[in-house]
Amino acid sequence: MMARTTLAMLVAGAVVVPLAGCGERPQVAGQASTKKSDNKAWEAVQSAHLSDGYKAGDKTAWEAHLKARTERGQNEYTRTPSAPK
Amino acid sequence: MARMKFICDAERCIECNGCVTACKAEHDVPWGVNRRRVVTLNDGVPGEKSISVACMHCSDAPCMAVCPVDCFYRTDEGVVLHDKDICIGCGYCSYACPFGAPQFPTNGAFGLRGKMDKCTFCAGGPEANGSQAEFDKYGRNRLAEGKLPACAEMCSTKALLGGDGDVVADIFRNRVLTRGKGSEVWGWGTAYGKPTGAKS
Repeated sequence: MMARTTLAMLVAGAVVVPLAGCGERPQVAGQASTKKSDNKAWEAVQSAHLSDGYKAGDKTAWEAHLKARTERGQNEYTRTPSAPK
Repeated sequence: MARMKFICDAERCIECNGCVTACKAEHDVPWGVNRRRVVTLNDGVPGEKSISVACMHCSDAPCMAVCPVDCFYRTDEGVVLHDKDICIGCGYCSYACPFGAPQFPTNGAFGLRGKMDKCTFCAGGPEANGSQAEFDKYGRNRLAEGKLPACAEMCSTKALLGGDGDVVADIFRNRVLTRGKGSEVWGWGTAYGKPTGAKS
């Protein structure tokens, strides 16, 4: 009786153990293949070359600063008083 | 803020390559990689036109669509950037891009193709803003410094405009309306006067 039970367990084990290879393992992307999250452009920056008058950390101020810089640096029509705006 | 955009005014570009030089110097771009270049149509023929071309930071970027490792992302300002730690240098983005923006550094004549490099709109990459790691991989992050792309800011004729799409579109529209079109555009006729009548 004992030998029969042991044999049955061995047979069951021999059948089940190979089936474990058919299971699906979780395939979560590792740290190396995951995109890093980027800082916002208006957040703090490690730089000694900030634009004149610009203080990092305020989104509205950043947008206003860039807009003013675009107008000042790239729109020459605003530099001449008689030119159309 | 609208999306960040470049506009190049073909009537103003004089093919000086100042934008290319500014970009290479600002970001310490390696030899053989040009994030920006000037393309001239009908070169040498009267009436030739030049435009400065780089990544256009497409709204529906094909590079982003075809990347097998999904290394691209888009910032809140619409700038298309990528993570070089993820890039495998396969070159699919190069085939997909209609502007030839993705560049691949190589090491020697038969060297391996490196990770993709392209215009970042001077917005760096996913590393910390202004960090040395960001500079080494992507170049300067001028946007985080409250500045605009170096190529546009250095353009001597202001042919290349870069910044908030609404703002640069207004500047360009005003410019076009002011200068007119055809023979009204600044050129020979404007500089030396228009013919008043046929000679007798």
